[in-house]
Amino acid sequence: MSKKVDIKVTVNGKLYERSVEPRMLLSDFIRHELGLTGTHTGCEHGVCGTCTVWFDGEPVRSCLMFAVQADGHEVHTVESLGTPDNLHPLQQAFMEKHALQCGFCTPGMLMTFAHFIQRHPNPTDEEIREAMAGNLCRCTGYENIVEAVKLAAQRMAGK
Amino acid sequence: MTTEVKTKVIGKSVWRNEDPRLLTGMAQFVDDIELPGMLHAAFYRSDYAHARIKSIDVSAARARPGVVAVYTAEDFGDYWHVGPLQVPPPLAIKGAQFNARPLVPIAKDKVRYSGEPLAVVLAESRYIAEDALADIYADLEPLPAVTDMEKALEPGAPLVHDDLGTNLAADVYQQVGDYEAAKAKADVVIARRFFKDRCAGGAMENRGIVCAWDEKAQKMTVWCGTQAPIPMRNAIAKNLGLSEDQVRLVIPFIGGGFGPKVMTSMPDDVLLPWLSRKLNRPIKWIEDRRENFLATTSERDQIHYAEIALTKDGKILGVKDVFYHNTGAYDPYGMTVPLNTQTHTLGQYDVPNFYTQIKMVFTNKMVVTPVRGAGRNYGVFVMERLMDLAAKELKMDPVEIRMKNLIQPHQLPYKTGIIGQDFVENVLDSGDYPASLKKAVEMIGYEKFVKEEQPRLRAEGKWVGIGVVNFVEGTAVGPYEGARVTVGNNGKVVVLTGCSTQGQAHFTTFAQLVAEQLGVDVKDVHVTTGDTDQFHWGAGTFASRGITVAGSAVYAAATKVRAKALSLASKLLETPEEELELADGVVRVADLPSKFIPLGELAMKANPTRGTIEPGVEPGLEATAYYAPPHGATGYGTNAIILEVDKETFDVKIRRFVFVHDCGTVVNPMVAEAQIHGGVQMGIGTAFFEQLVYDDNGQLLNASFQDYLMPKATDMPMKMELGHLSVPSPLNPLGLKGLGEAGAIPPPAAYAQAIENAIHDVDFEILDMPLNPSRLYELVKAARKK
Ligand code: FES
Ligand code: FES
Repeated sequence: MSKKVDIKVTVNGKLYERSVEPRMLLSDFIRHELGLTGTHTGCEHGVCGTCTVWFDGEPVRSCLMFAVQADGHEVHTVESLGTPDNLHPLQQAFMEKHALQCGFCTPGMLMTFAHFIQRHPNPTDEEIREAMAGNLCRCTGYENIVEAVKLAAQRMAGK
Repeated sequence: MTTEVKTKVIGKSVWRNEDPRLLTGMAQFVDDIELPGMLHAAFYRSDYAHARIKSIDVSAARARPGVVAVYTAEDFGDYWHVGPLQVPPPLAIKGAQFNARPLVPIAKDKVRYSGEPLAVVLAESRYIAEDALADIYADLEPLPAVTDMEKALEPGAPLVHDDLGTNLAADVYQQVGDYEAAKAKADVVIARRFFKDRCAGGAMENRGIVCAWDEKAQKMTVWCGTQAPIPMRNAIAKNLGLSEDQVRLVIPFIGGGFGPKVMTSMPDDVLLPWLSRKLNRPIKWIEDRRENFLATTSERDQIHYAEIALTKDGKILGVKDVFYHNTGAYDPYGMTVPLNTQTHTLGQYDVPNFYTQIKMVFTNKMVVTPVRGAGRNYGVFVMERLMDLAAKELKMDPVEIRMKNLIQPHQLPYKTGIIGQDFVENVLDSGDYPASLKKAVEMIGYEKFVKEEQPRLRAEGKWVGIGVVNFVEGTAVGPYEGARVTVGNNGKVVVLTGCSTQGQAHFTTFAQLVAEQLGVDVKDVHVTTGDTDQFHWGAGTFASRGITVAGSAVYAAATKVRAKALSLASKLLETPEEELELADGVVRVADLPSKFIPLGELAMKANPTRGTIEPGVEPGLEATAYYAPPHGATGYGTNAIILEVDKETFDVKIRRFVFVHDCGTVVNPMVAEAQIHGGVQMGIGTAFFEQLVYDDNGQLLNASFQDYLMPKATDMPMKMELGHLSVPSPLNPLGLKGLGEAGAIPPPAAYAQAIENAIHDVDFEILDMPLNPSRLYELVKAARKK
């Protein structure tokens, strides 16, 4: 066990000060230190994308970062998008298009695409699939996720 | 028994009740559970696939700060025990030989597969627990490993279970008619060897368990993402010498099941509850992805020696299939998987003579238990390939030869004479097989493609091919499921079942069944699918049985509650029952909607605090019901695809993907279609991407998502075109059949046919699965050399 390090991380707009081992994964920090369990881990080796969060506004795999690297930075997780009573348009579209089954990959998908839609307000199917290639889902066959992203993009662009 | 039901909510694509929580990170999965004082477990696992254990030194691990305990098999003392079998031997089949070797919770004396646990560490954090694994030294004497099924049965092969004297785990044959006599009369006989390799269950959430012994209450609570809550509770209670009510199993949200999560008596659920009681501390174990690949359970590998005998005009006279089934190091799940292969081989075809034999083999590989498709796809692959080879030999069109041999609607229900995984004779209960094939052929535009498009594309130098294959999916097997439906004083309805849910939308579809009967909003029906303190009867979610078996129980319970509500309301409203209706959360006079009584108020009246209730009436607006099918219901369908093989890279691109299926009455079309989508993804995976690659030493070479390829969004067809048929099953009042595994079954067979058809200028046969670009390249290269 190595010496703990003090860090300050802003997660979903709230500042957290914690003492952590340098080796603690950012994903474990978010889930088990902060109790924000919406972020999932499906592989912890950087392939499945279930652990995707935003790091200073950009999607990253939180299982491939250490919590200490987030010192002084800003993280957003799925909990920042919407609430059960007030879903984000992307979450709403996922529900309407049945883009989730077990829901385990879903937080990662949402964080990937909430960012993607900002950059691609009018995405094609190919662009959506290309953007999804870093997120695995075992349940849905992906088709309904493509449909949900298109629907959300249309709505968010006010079309 | 099937009645035409006019439905309000059944058959509607209702949005899911569970989604708002899942979408916002508010749904609790097993790894989200934190308890005060909780210890974290990590397993030390064997690197060898086959080895004798000489000694295990855990002293350094025990001395590490933060480590609370380290246990090896020795340390478990008398508690160490094997098994039990989760599925009993197939005694219903005459002459069946079965050698039971149930799971060992932690290896003692000998290691039988790579990844088998040798020690378990309990520490204050998972990080420390994993550190301590590096402190353990196991002195293992490696033994020669056996991974090949045929070699395993040769004399002198290394023995997985020394005491058995053989690696033969089971030998079971079944027959209908007389294949050899049929063969003697045949014009054409085609025989081949087929091989299909293993794939992983691959749920995105790994397995996990949290258990907490409460010394004061003398009660064990376990949270676990299992597909089979009641069997697991019963197993844990038995292991610990507790009565069933002293063990509570709570099922949180489950991040996908796909088969492996049906297992009980695995190392974690045998050892950790015992340790929690012993140490009087809660314990959590969450599997990591590597462990999931190495040491959970996986899909089968099988070798088939199959032959088909036909007349010269393409009528099948008989089929013979002798196959090897690799069960891995143990056989805890009996013969479910190879029996599924047996019952699904003939699929939709009318074959009078059939001989099928399973030789189940122990090897030094991970244990095999059902994974979505669960052996069905192997039978279907073999049969569909035989049909293709026959068509080629007889110069017939692949669709024509299929059409010629289909079981006709008037022949249903069709007794196959083959006993299935549920130990009763397999019966094809309902459907219209020719309609399915016709529909798929029409949807994909078979004629036009073959006559116009394909010649044009071939002239352009493209390798473009079409494949059309049929399948059946035995679903909804027994023994039974149950449900309790209760109307609360607030008018909301609670549904309890023991059938857990891994993403199949039971929180919504079960709610729809209740809403239909009680006239409430689907959102006002709260479904709990696995809390054994609340409902403790049932078998679990597997074999595509959730909606049909548990759903039928839910529907029956709701029907009883409806009758109770009507009877009570009739008295209170002084109106005959026939004039009442249930709608909008009330019981009201149909012609006078202002005369009503809310369901919540009725619930209160049904549970008076003084006075009495009528003799013979149970209190509350509540009822429990069970449903036990006489045998499974059989779904079916046809898969038609058009694909292109890249001449340079040998990669395959799907151009069209048509899937026709029949699952009887559909409760929620949106959910049903998505079940097909997900199944197809696994089907395509096992056709062209997914393969657990073992070397001769029994080492799994691709135990990560980096190396094991699951289809990504870019690997899937752009659009799955689904065609629906709906012939209700006569086996249950709603006419339901399952469909959870359908999509996973036919794609390998469809790929094989279409790829051979695409590479028209090379004479070659695809007999092994899965393919990938390099295997396909090798096949074509070898054929060109000839
Ligand atoms: S858990 Fe981070 S990519 Fe899989
Ligand atoms: S919804 Fe289950 S993994 Fe994507």
